Amino acid sequence: MPTDPFGDFVQRDPSLHPPAYAPGYKTSVLRSPKNALISIQQTLTERTAPQFRADELGPLDADLIRNFAKDGMPIGERIVVHGFVKDEFGRPVRNALVEVWQANASGRYRHRKDQYIGALDPNFGGCGRMLTDADGHYAYRTIKPGPYPWRNRINEWRPSHIHYSICGDGWAQRLITQMYFEGDPLIATCPIVRTIPSDEQIRGLVALQDVANFIEMDSRCYRFDIVLRGRRATWFEH
Amino acid sequence: MSSVQQITRLPETASQTGGPYVHIGLAPQQAGFEIFERNFGNVLGAPQTPGERIVVEGRVLDGSGTPMRDVLIEIWQADADGHYAHPADPRSSAFRGWGRSGADFETGVYRFDTIKPGPVPGRGGRMQAPHIAFVLFARGINVGLHTRMYFSDEKVANDADPVLTSIEWEVRRHTLIGHREQRDGDIVYRFDIRVQAPDPAQETVFFDV
Repeated sequence: MPTDPFGDFVQRDPSLHPPAYAPGYKTSVLRSPKNALISIQQTLTERTAPQFRADELGPLDADLIRNFAKDGMPIGERIVVHGFVKDEFGRPVRNALVEVWQANASGRYRHRKDQYIGALDPNFGGCGRMLTDADGHYAYRTIKPGPYPWRNRINEWRPSHIHYSICGDGWAQRLITQMYFEGDPLIATCPIVRTIPSDEQIRGLVALQDVANFIEMDSRCYRFDIVLRGRRATWFEH
Repeated sequence: MSSVQQITRLPETASQTGGPYVHIGLAPQQAGFEIFERNFGNVLGAPQTPGERIVVEGRVLDGSGTPMRDVLIEIWQADADGHYAHPADPRSSAFRGWGRSGADFETGVYRFDTIKPGPVPGRGGRMQAPHIAFVLFARGINVGLHTRMYFSDEKVANDADPVLTSIEWEVRRHTLIGHREQRDGDIVYRFDIRVQAPDPAQETVFFDV
Protein backbone atom coordinates (compact mmCIF):
# COMPACT_ATOMS: atom_id res chain seq x y z
CA MET A 1 0.00 0.00 0.00
CA PRO A 2 1.35 3.44 -0.83
CA THR A 3 2.84 5.64 1.84
CA ASP A 4 3.12 9.38 1.48
CA PRO A 5 6.81 10.04 2.22
CA PHE A 6 5.78 13.13 4.14
CA GLY A 7 2.36 12.06 5.40
CA ASP A 8 0.90 11.81 8.89
CA PHE A 9 2.45 9.60 11.51
CA VAL A 10 0.31 6.89 13.05
CA GLN A 11 -0.98 8.09 16.40
CA ARG A 12 1.17 7.21 19.40
CA ASP A 13 -0.02 4.26 21.49
CA PRO A 14 0.19 5.57 25.08
CA SER A 15 0.15 2.05 26.51
CA LEU A 16 3.69 1.60 25.18
CA HIS A 17 5.03 4.46 27.28
CA PRO A 18 5.23 5.49 30.93
CA PRO A 19 2.39 7.64 32.22
CA ALA A 20 3.34 11.23 33.08
CA TYR A 21 2.36 10.62 36.71
CA ALA A 22 4.32 7.66 38.06
CA PRO A 23 4.59 8.10 41.86
CA GLY A 24 7.24 5.37 42.30
CA TYR A 25 9.49 7.82 40.48
CA LYS A 26 8.91 10.66 42.91
CA THR A 27 10.05 13.57 40.79
CA SER A 28 7.25 12.88 38.31
CA VAL A 29 4.60 13.76 40.91
CA LEU A 30 4.95 17.55 40.57
CA ARG A 31 6.19 17.43 36.98
CA SER A 32 3.22 15.69 35.37
CA PRO A 33 0.34 17.62 33.79
CA LYS A 34 -3.01 16.95 35.48
CA ASN A 35 -4.95 17.61 32.31
CA ALA A 36 -5.11 15.08 29.51
CA LEU A 37 -2.96 15.74 26.47
CA ILE A 38 -4.98 17.31 23.68
CA SER A 39 -4.82 15.22 20.52
CA ILE A 40 -4.37 17.28 17.38
CA GLN A 41 -4.47 16.42 13.72
CA GLN A 42 -0.90 16.66 12.48
CA THR A 43 0.14 19.56 10.31
CA LEU A 44 3.33 20.40 8.44
CA THR A 45 4.75 21.41 11.82
CA GLU A 46 4.52 17.84 13.18
CA ARG A 47 5.32 16.07 9.89
CA THR A 48 8.62 17.89 9.36
CA ALA A 49 11.73 18.10 11.52
CA PRO A 50 15.24 19.56 11.47
CA GLN A 51 17.70 18.10 8.99
CA PHE A 52 21.30 17.38 9.98
CA ARG A 53 24.45 17.11 7.87
CA ALA A 54 27.44 14.86 8.42
CA ASP A 55 29.82 17.83 8.26
CA GLU A 56 28.24 19.25 11.42
CA LEU A 57 29.70 16.35 13.39
CA GLY A 58 33.36 15.76 14.13
CA PRO A 59 35.33 12.62 13.28
CA LEU A 60 35.54 11.50 16.92
CA ASP A 61 32.00 12.39 17.95
CA ALA A 62 30.96 8.71 17.92
CA ASP A 63 34.08 7.50 19.73
CA LEU A 64 33.59 8.13 23.45
CA ILE A 65 36.85 6.34 24.21
CA ARG A 66 38.83 8.99 22.35
CA ASN A 67 36.68 12.11 22.11
CA PHE A 68 37.67 13.44 25.53
CA ALA A 69 40.96 11.58 26.04
CA LYS A 70 43.61 13.97 27.42
CA ASP A 71 46.63 11.95 28.48
CA GLY A 72 45.52 8.35 28.14
CA MET A 73 42.48 6.18 27.68
CA PRO A 74 39.45 6.13 29.96
CA ILE A 75 39.20 3.37 32.55
CA GLY A 76 36.55 0.67 32.26
CA GLU A 77 35.12 -2.01 30.01
CA ARG A 78 35.49 -1.18 26.34
CA ILE A 79 32.29 -1.77 24.40
CA VAL A 80 30.83 -1.12 20.97
CA VAL A 81 27.09 -0.36 20.79
CA HIS A 82 25.24 -0.52 17.51
CA GLY A 83 21.80 -1.06 16.06
CA PHE A 84 19.17 0.12 13.62
CA VAL A 85 16.70 2.96 13.86
CA LYS A 86 13.50 1.81 12.19
CA ASP A 87 9.94 3.01 12.03
CA GLU A 88 6.93 1.01 13.20
CA PHE A 89 6.69 -0.63 9.79
CA GLY A 90 10.31 -1.73 9.80
CA ARG A 91 11.54 0.90 7.37
CA PRO A 92 14.97 2.38 8.08
CA VAL A 93 15.05 5.91 9.46
CA ARG A 94 17.94 7.45 7.58
CA ASN A 95 20.01 10.43 8.63
CA ALA A 96 18.51 10.41 12.12
CA LEU A 97 20.56 12.29 14.71
CA VAL A 98 21.39 9.90 17.56
CA GLU A 99 22.93 11.53 20.63
CA VAL A 100 24.07 9.49 23.64
CA TRP A 101 25.27 10.38 27.13
CA GLN A 102 26.23 8.38 30.17
CA ALA A 103 28.11 8.11 33.44
CA ASN A 104 31.69 6.81 33.46
CA ALA A 105 32.77 3.39 34.74
CA SER A 106 32.46 4.66 38.34
CA GLY A 107 28.89 5.77 37.84
CA ARG A 108 29.87 9.46 37.87
CA TYR A 109 28.61 12.00 35.35
CA ARG A 110 30.70 14.83 34.01
CA HIS A 111 28.13 17.46 34.97
CA ARG A 112 28.48 20.45 37.25
CA LYS A 113 25.47 19.29 39.26
CA ASP A 114 26.59 15.69 39.88
CA GLN A 115 28.01 15.38 43.42
CA TYR A 116 28.37 11.58 43.58
CA ILE A 117 31.51 10.34 45.37
CA GLY A 118 32.48 8.13 42.42
CA ALA A 119 35.60 9.49 40.71
CA LEU A 120 35.58 11.53 37.54
CA ASP A 121 37.76 10.06 34.80
CA PRO A 122 39.98 12.77 33.31
CA ASN A 123 39.88 10.99 29.97
CA PHE A 124 36.15 10.46 29.68
CA GLY A 125 33.54 13.04 28.73
CA GLY A 126 30.51 10.79 28.41
CA CYS A 127 28.72 11.98 25.30
CA GLY A 128 28.68 11.18 21.62
CA ARG A 129 26.56 11.66 18.51
CA MET A 130 26.14 10.24 15.04
CA LEU A 131 23.80 10.10 12.06
CA THR A 132 22.19 6.86 10.90
CA ASP A 133 23.30 5.59 7.50
CA ALA A 134 21.18 4.53 4.49
CA ASP A 135 20.12 1.36 6.35
CA GLY A 136 19.23 3.27 9.51
CA HIS A 137 22.33 1.85 11.20
CA TYR A 138 24.35 3.60 13.90
CA ALA A 139 27.41 2.54 15.91
CA TYR A 140 29.64 4.04 18.57
CA ARG A 141 32.40 2.98 20.91
CA THR A 142 32.45 3.71 24.61
CA ILE A 143 33.15 2.54 28.16
CA LYS A 144 30.44 0.57 29.91
CA PRO A 145 28.81 2.95 32.42
CA GLY A 146 28.68 1.99 36.08
CA PRO A 147 25.53 1.91 38.26
CA TYR A 148 25.10 4.69 40.81
CA PRO A 149 22.89 5.60 43.77
CA TRP A 150 20.32 8.37 43.49
CA ARG A 151 17.83 10.12 45.71
CA ASN A 152 14.38 8.58 45.39
CA ARG A 153 13.92 6.05 48.15
CA ILE A 154 16.88 5.18 50.39
CA ASN A 155 19.51 3.00 48.71
CA GLU A 156 18.03 3.35 45.26
CA TRP A 157 20.51 2.44 42.50
CA ARG A 158 20.18 3.06 38.79
CA PRO A 159 21.15 0.11 36.59
CA SER A 160 23.97 0.80 34.13
CA HIS A 161 22.42 2.75 31.30
CA ILE A 162 23.11 4.99 28.34
CA HIS A 163 20.75 7.86 27.56
CA TYR A 164 19.58 8.25 23.96
CA SER A 165 18.08 11.18 22.10
CA ILE A 166 16.81 10.54 18.58
CA CYS A 167 15.72 13.16 16.04
CA GLY A 168 14.00 11.42 13.14
CA ASP A 169 12.38 12.89 10.06
CA GLY A 170 9.28 14.28 11.79
CA TRP A 171 8.80 16.36 14.93
CA ALA A 172 6.22 13.77 16.04
CA GLN A 173 8.99 11.12 16.13
CA ARG A 174 11.16 12.96 18.67
CA LEU A 175 12.22 10.49 21.35
CA ILE A 176 14.43 10.40 24.41
CA THR A 177 14.99 7.09 26.16
CA GLN A 178 17.55 4.95 27.99
CA MET A 179 19.33 1.74 27.07
CA TYR A 180 20.07 -0.93 29.68
CA PHE A 181 22.40 -3.94 29.64
CA GLU A 182 21.39 -7.58 29.49
CA GLY A 183 21.73 -9.39 32.81
CA ASP A 184 21.81 -6.36 35.11
CA PRO A 185 19.93 -7.25 38.35
CA LEU A 186 19.16 -3.57 39.01
CA ILE A 187 16.83 -3.33 36.01
CA ALA A 188 14.05 -5.26 37.73
CA THR A 189 13.81 -2.92 40.71
CA CYS A 190 14.55 0.47 39.14
CA PRO A 191 11.61 2.88 39.64
CA ILE A 192 12.44 4.71 36.41
CA VAL A 193 12.41 1.46 34.44
CA ARG A 194 9.21 0.46 36.25
CA THR A 195 7.39 3.55 34.98
CA ILE A 196 7.07 1.55 31.74
CA PRO A 197 3.77 -0.33 31.83
CA SER A 198 4.77 -3.67 30.27
CA ASP A 199 7.63 -6.14 30.57
CA GLU A 200 7.70 -6.43 26.80
CA GLN A 201 8.40 -2.71 26.44
CA ILE A 202 11.08 -2.90 29.12
CA ARG A 203 12.76 -5.73 27.22
CA GLY A 204 12.87 -3.40 24.24
CA LEU A 205 15.24 -1.13 26.19
CA VAL A 206 17.67 -3.89 27.15
CA ALA A 207 20.67 -4.21 24.83
CA LEU A 208 21.77 -7.79 24.15
CA GLN A 209 25.33 -9.00 23.90
CA ASP A 210 26.20 -9.32 20.22
CA VAL A 211 28.91 -11.95 20.42
CA ALA A 212 29.33 -12.15 16.65
CA ASN A 213 30.51 -8.55 16.67
CA PHE A 214 32.93 -8.71 19.57
CA ILE A 215 36.31 -7.28 18.62
CA GLU A 216 39.00 -9.82 19.47
CA MET A 217 41.17 -8.86 22.46
CA ASP A 218 39.53 -5.42 22.48
CA SER A 219 35.80 -4.90 23.04
CA ARG A 220 32.51 -6.59 23.69
CA CYS A 221 29.57 -5.52 21.56
CA TYR A 222 25.94 -4.72 22.39
CA ARG A 223 23.02 -4.46 19.99
CA PHE A 224 20.23 -1.93 20.56
CA ASP A 225 17.54 -1.25 17.96
CA ILE A 226 15.17 1.71 18.19
CA VAL A 227 11.68 2.00 16.75
CA LEU A 228 10.23 5.42 15.96
CA ARG A 229 6.70 6.20 14.84
CA GLY A 230 5.89 5.45 11.21
CA ARG A 231 3.96 7.38 8.59
CA ARG A 232 0.56 5.94 7.80
CA ALA A 233 -0.46 4.47 4.48
CA THR A 234 -2.63 6.51 2.16
CA TRP A 235 -5.55 4.35 1.00
CA PHE A 236 -7.19 6.96 -1.18
CA GLU A 237 -6.10 10.13 -2.87
CA HIS A 238 -7.68 13.17 -1.36
CA MET B 1 -3.34 -6.85 24.39
CA SER B 2 -3.24 -5.71 20.81
CA SER B 3 -1.91 -8.92 19.32
CA VAL B 4 -3.19 -8.14 15.84
CA GLN B 5 -1.20 -4.92 15.64
CA GLN B 6 1.94 -6.66 16.80
CA ILE B 7 1.91 -8.81 13.69
CA THR B 8 2.04 -5.85 11.37
CA ARG B 9 3.67 -3.15 13.44
CA LEU B 10 6.72 -2.93 15.63
CA PRO B 11 5.99 -1.29 18.99
CA GLU B 12 7.50 2.17 19.30
CA THR B 13 10.48 2.17 21.66
CA ALA B 14 9.38 3.21 25.15
CA SER B 15 10.23 6.73 26.25
CA GLN B 16 12.27 7.36 29.38
CA THR B 17 13.10 10.55 31.23
CA GLY B 18 16.06 12.59 30.01
CA GLY B 19 17.16 12.80 33.64
CA PRO B 20 18.90 15.66 35.42
CA TYR B 21 22.05 15.49 33.29
CA VAL B 22 20.44 15.77 29.86
CA HIS B 23 22.87 18.63 29.15
CA ILE B 24 25.82 16.23 28.90
CA GLY B 25 24.42 14.78 25.73
CA LEU B 26 22.50 17.71 24.27
CA ALA B 27 24.32 20.79 25.57
CA PRO B 28 27.70 19.69 26.98
CA GLN B 29 28.97 23.25 27.42
CA GLN B 30 26.18 23.84 29.91
CA ALA B 31 27.14 20.61 31.71
CA GLY B 32 30.53 22.25 32.13
CA PHE B 33 32.91 20.93 29.49
CA GLU B 34 34.07 21.37 25.90
CA ILE B 35 34.00 18.30 23.70
CA PHE B 36 32.49 18.98 20.26
CA GLU B 37 33.82 21.38 17.67
CA ARG B 38 30.30 22.42 16.73
CA ASN B 39 27.51 22.69 19.26
CA PHE B 40 23.78 22.93 18.75
CA GLY B 41 22.44 25.94 20.59
CA ASN B 42 19.73 28.48 21.21
CA VAL B 43 20.50 30.94 18.41
CA LEU B 44 18.46 30.24 15.28
CA GLY B 45 19.40 31.78 11.96
CA ALA B 46 22.29 33.90 10.75
CA PRO B 47 22.69 37.69 10.45
CA GLN B 48 21.45 37.52 6.85
CA THR B 49 18.33 35.47 7.68
CA PRO B 50 15.29 37.51 6.64
CA GLY B 51 12.69 38.28 9.29
CA GLU B 52 12.01 40.11 12.49
CA ARG B 53 14.58 39.34 15.21
CA ILE B 54 12.92 38.17 18.39
CA VAL B 55 13.85 36.70 21.74
CA VAL B 56 11.66 34.00 23.23
CA GLU B 57 12.16 33.42 26.92
CA GLY B 58 10.43 32.23 30.03
CA ARG B 59 10.45 29.72 32.82
CA VAL B 60 9.03 26.25 33.19
CA LEU B 61 7.20 25.78 36.48
CA ASP B 62 6.29 22.58 38.31
CA GLY B 63 3.10 21.93 40.29
CA SER B 64 4.41 23.90 43.28
CA GLY B 65 5.27 26.91 41.13
CA THR B 66 8.98 26.17 41.44
CA PRO B 67 11.06 26.78 38.31
CA MET B 68 12.39 23.59 36.71
CA ARG B 69 16.03 24.61 36.45
CA ASP B 70 17.15 21.39 34.80
CA VAL B 71 14.65 21.47 31.91
CA LEU B 72 15.88 21.30 28.33
CA ILE B 73 13.68 22.75 25.61
CA GLU B 74 13.83 22.33 21.86
CA ILE B 75 11.93 24.48 19.40
CA TRP B 76 10.97 23.92 15.75
CA GLN B 77 9.59 26.64 13.54
CA ALA B 78 9.12 27.94 10.01
CA ASP B 79 10.96 30.90 8.51
CA ALA B 80 9.53 34.41 8.14
CA ASP B 81 7.61 33.29 5.03
CA GLY B 82 6.13 30.26 6.78
CA HIS B 83 8.39 27.64 5.17
CA TYR B 84 10.08 24.75 6.90
CA ALA B 85 13.62 23.61 6.10
CA HIS B 86 12.44 20.12 5.21
CA PRO B 87 11.82 18.33 1.89
CA ALA B 88 8.09 18.06 2.67
CA ASP B 89 7.90 21.81 2.19
CA PRO B 90 8.14 22.46 -1.57
CA ARG B 91 9.68 25.88 -0.96
CA SER B 92 12.14 24.54 1.54
CA SER B 93 13.92 27.21 3.54
CA ALA B 94 17.60 27.93 4.19
CA PHE B 95 16.67 28.76 7.78
CA ARG B 96 17.00 25.59 9.84
CA GLY B 97 14.35 26.60 12.33
CA TRP B 98 15.53 24.42 15.19
CA GLY B 99 17.37 25.05 18.43
CA ARG B 100 17.71 23.89 21.99
CA SER B 101 18.13 25.73 25.29
CA GLY B 102 18.69 24.50 28.81
CA ALA B 103 17.12 26.61 31.55
CA ASP B 104 19.61 28.66 33.55
CA PHE B 105 20.67 26.62 36.60
CA GLU B 106 20.16 29.67 38.88
CA THR B 107 17.16 31.53 37.49
CA GLY B 108 15.37 28.77 35.57
CA VAL B 109 15.02 31.05 32.54
CA TYR B 110 15.36 29.56 29.06
CA ARG B 111 16.04 31.76 26.05
CA PHE B 112 16.03 31.53 22.26
CA ASP B 113 17.24 34.16 19.79
CA THR B 114 15.31 33.59 16.59
CA ILE B 115 13.10 35.22 14.00
CA LYS B 116 9.36 35.48 14.01
CA PRO B 117 7.85 32.73 11.82
CA GLY B 118 5.23 33.41 9.18
CA PRO B 119 1.85 31.69 8.93
CA VAL B 120 2.10 28.01 7.95
CA PRO B 121 -0.32 25.96 5.83
CA GLY B 122 -2.59 23.73 7.88
CA ARG B 123 -4.90 20.88 6.94
CA GLY B 124 -7.50 21.26 4.25
CA GLY B 125 -6.08 24.54 2.95
CA ARG B 126 -6.65 26.41 6.22
CA MET B 127 -3.76 28.55 7.36
CA GLN B 128 -2.23 28.26 10.80
CA ALA B 129 -1.29 31.33 12.78
CA PRO B 130 2.45 31.86 13.27
CA HIS B 131 3.65 29.51 15.97
CA ILE B 132 6.71 27.78 17.39
CA ALA B 133 6.59 24.11 18.39
CA PHE B 134 8.15 23.29 21.77
CA VAL B 135 9.18 19.99 23.31
CA LEU B 136 10.32 19.72 26.95
CA PHE B 137 12.64 17.15 28.49
CA ALA B 138 13.61 16.95 32.16
CA ARG B 139 14.03 14.79 35.21
CA GLY B 140 10.55 13.65 36.20
CA ILE B 141 9.16 14.04 32.67
CA ASN B 142 8.69 10.50 31.40
CA VAL B 143 7.61 11.37 27.87
CA GLY B 144 8.69 14.63 26.24
CA LEU B 145 5.95 17.25 26.52
CA HIS B 146 4.84 18.92 23.29
CA THR B 147 3.29 22.35 23.20
CA ARG B 148 3.16 25.41 20.94
CA MET B 149 3.75 29.11 21.42
CA TYR B 150 1.60 31.59 19.51
CA PHE B 151 2.19 35.35 19.35
CA SER B 152 0.20 37.93 21.33
CA ASP B 153 0.30 40.43 18.44
CA GLU B 154 -1.41 37.97 16.03
CA LYS B 155 -4.86 38.04 17.58
CA VAL B 156 -6.81 37.80 14.32
CA ALA B 157 -4.75 34.87 13.06
CA ASN B 158 -4.82 33.19 16.47
CA ASP B 159 -8.60 33.40 16.62
CA ALA B 160 -8.77 31.49 13.32
CA ASP B 161 -5.99 28.99 14.04
CA PRO B 162 -7.27 25.42 13.61
CA VAL B 163 -5.15 23.97 16.43
CA LEU B 164 -5.73 26.74 18.95
CA THR B 165 -9.46 26.80 18.28
CA SER B 166 -9.67 23.01 18.55
CA ILE B 167 -8.94 23.32 22.27
CA GLU B 168 -12.36 22.78 23.72
CA TRP B 169 -11.71 24.80 26.87
CA GLU B 170 -11.39 28.40 25.75
CA VAL B 171 -10.08 29.31 29.20
CA ARG B 172 -6.98 27.22 28.53
CA ARG B 173 -6.01 28.73 25.17
CA HIS B 174 -4.24 31.72 26.76
CA THR B 175 -1.57 29.33 28.08
CA LEU B 176 -0.17 29.06 24.54
CA ILE B 177 0.35 32.79 23.96
CA GLY B 178 3.79 34.37 24.19
CA HIS B 179 3.52 38.02 25.30
CA ARG B 180 5.31 40.62 23.26
CA GLU B 181 7.31 43.26 25.06
CA GLN B 182 10.16 45.67 24.26
CA ARG B 183 13.30 45.44 26.33
CA ASP B 184 16.50 47.38 25.68
CA GLY B 185 15.70 47.54 21.99
CA ASP B 186 14.89 43.82 21.75
CA ILE B 187 11.52 42.32 20.91
CA VAL B 188 10.93 39.74 23.61
CA TYR B 189 8.12 37.21 23.77
CA ARG B 190 7.66 36.03 27.32
CA PHE B 191 6.37 32.46 27.43
CA ASP B 192 6.13 30.73 30.81
CA ILE B 193 5.13 27.08 30.79
CA ARG B 194 3.23 25.54 33.69
CA VAL B 195 3.78 21.80 33.54
CA GLN B 196 1.29 21.32 36.35
CA ALA B 197 -1.05 23.80 38.00
CA PRO B 198 -3.74 23.51 40.67
CA ASP B 199 -6.11 25.47 38.41
CA PRO B 200 -6.75 23.61 35.14
CA ALA B 201 -7.15 26.93 33.35
CA GLN B 202 -3.56 27.87 34.25
CA GLU B 203 -1.84 24.60 33.33
CA THR B 204 -0.20 24.87 29.90
CA VAL B 205 -1.91 22.88 27.18
CA PHE B 206 0.22 19.94 26.04
CA PHE B 207 -0.44 18.06 22.85
CA ASP B 208 -0.54 14.45 21.81
CA VAL B 209 0.90 15.06 18.36
